[in-house]
Amino acid sequence: MLVLGIETSCDETGLALYDSEAGLRAHVLHSQVAVHAEYGGVVPELASRDHVRKTLPLLRRLLDEAGVGPEAVGGVAYTAGPGLIGALLVGASIGRSLAWAWGVPAVAVHHMEGHLLAPMLEPDPPAFPFVALLVSGGHTQLVRVDGVGRYRILGESLDDAAGEAFDKTAKLLGLGYPGGPAVAREAERGDPGRFRFPRPMTDRPGLDFSFSGLKTFALNTLQEVGADAGSRADISRAFQDAVVDTLAIKCRRALQETGLQRLVIAGGVGANAALRERLADIAAGAGGRVYYPRPLFCTDNGAMIAYAGCVRLAAGQREPLAIEARARWPMESLEAP
Amino acid sequence: MKLLAIETATEACSAALFIDGEVEERFQVAPRDHARLILAMADDLLLDAGIAVRDLDGLAFGRGPGSFTGVRIATGVAQGIAFGADLPVVPVSTLATLAQGALMDLGAPRVAVALDARMGEVYWGAYMTRGDGIMVMAEEERVCAPEAVPSLKDGVWLGVGSGWGPYGDILHHCCRERLDGMVPDRYPAARDVAWLGVHGLRNGRAVAPERALPVYLRDNVAKKPGERNR
Repeated sequence: MLVLGIETSCDETGLALYDSEAGLRAHVLHSQVAVHAEYGGVVPELASRDHVRKTLPLLRRLLDEAGVGPEAVGGVAYTAGPGLIGALLVGASIGRSLAWAWGVPAVAVHHMEGHLLAPMLEPDPPAFPFVALLVSGGHTQLVRVDGVGRYRILGESLDDAAGEAFDKTAKLLGLGYPGGPAVAREAERGDPGRFRFPRPMTDRPGLDFSFSGLKTFALNTLQEVGADAGSRADISRAFQDAVVDTLAIKCRRALQETGLQRLVIAGGVGANAALRERLADIAAGAGGRVYYPRPLFCTDNGAMIAYAGCVRLAAGQREPLAIEARARWPMESLEAP
Repeated sequence: MKLLAIETATEACSAALFIDGEVEERFQVAPRDHARLILAMADDLLLDAGIAVRDLDGLAFGRGPGSFTGVRIATGVAQGIAFGADLPVVPVSTLATLAQGALMDLGAPRVAVALDARMGEVYWGAYMTRGDGIMVMAEEERVCAPEAVPSLKDGVWLGVGSGWGPYGDILHHCCRERLDGMVPDRYPAARDVAWLGVHGLRNGRAVAPERALPVYLRDNVAKKPGERNR
């Protein structure tokens, strides 16, 4: 079955075609980063307005690139949440209506399930069960994954997501938006020994995170030493080291507590090279290994939605004839297809 | 001719099916429930008529102005159906739809439409018929303060739409003796989108699915960091 996937939950319009036999056939992506950059963050109304302009042109390009006609599509999957409700509604409205007009089944996909399963798009996918670290601008979660739809949250951020902390720190350092890549670039030039930031919540048991204190620490440090180029790089380095270290400590703990060996990293922050390197060591230390999607599929994309949708459609899951989108949608409420 | 029309720009959600001069409609006032209802309404209409989506000659949708999210639901649904069934689409103004409804139901040949746009403003448009049963634009649509609506020309007008509720006195004052009455409590309905859609389709005003886009009128929806304190 060839499945169309549509992702519009935030500031990327992503579409893809995934075939249950042949794998990923094509994927296209439009990033709105330029739209939101001058506002210093995602403006939900502008995101929705852009999705509704871009989705169909991207769909035409996708079908062209795959070299297939619309009649080849056997099902439609779209992100129904969690995310920006107005943005989600664009993809859900177009996706559900396309499926109705084509006379094919539709399925609503959970955005974070898409991220969790993104490593399955790679040549050496992990086997179940595994521990997944979902780490993006909106989420920081450790999840035990026993199969599709069988998720248990082991821990999550009590305040800012890790990616959000990167964005906020970049903003106060004047590094621009999006903050993740900007801070990582600065950190490369930074002195690892000049500042040491705390590793929040690592000195107590449990797998929850807290990142809001780190940006305050960065702000205080900045006010103390001034915003010269060298200090900006050193603060970026200390901040990134603290985030990476904190995530690594909790990942190691999660592997220990579950007795699992496979670690999956997904979400935009998963593209951070320092994090990847560190977590590879952690997984190796647990006698296993770490799996990630290619960097392009760490951030929001249509391929992961097409994949998750394909698995659920193949198992017989069907969406009723209604367009549903949810800003909030607890992952643990999902069921195996 | 067979045309499907949808309208979700206000608290009302409706779909209508035009077949050779007859219109069937499903209509419900259901704030925040449009997304859940609209496709089922369309499906129900086609089922009753015994036709398939591919039997349609075209599609029409309420392109706004109105609730941003509501307008985008109609747009998304229209884009999806039109792409999926390879149909031409006629974008229809929400203000024209209200005017068309006033013509068909109340016999008003000249209608001044004001839709409450929040933030102390109205979406404003003036529509009149040339006697062929179809409302056409007499005054460019705009979003503005009720005090700033342009004066009405030629003849006597009926004020229609939710803006005539909270701003009835102000708008009345602006329109002076040209106003014949106010009917604030009317919603745009898909049956009137259908009439305007059929007219548009016959007159070459249909577009390809990806050109079926919303008209918000209000476009300054976000401020850049430097603009906040102005």
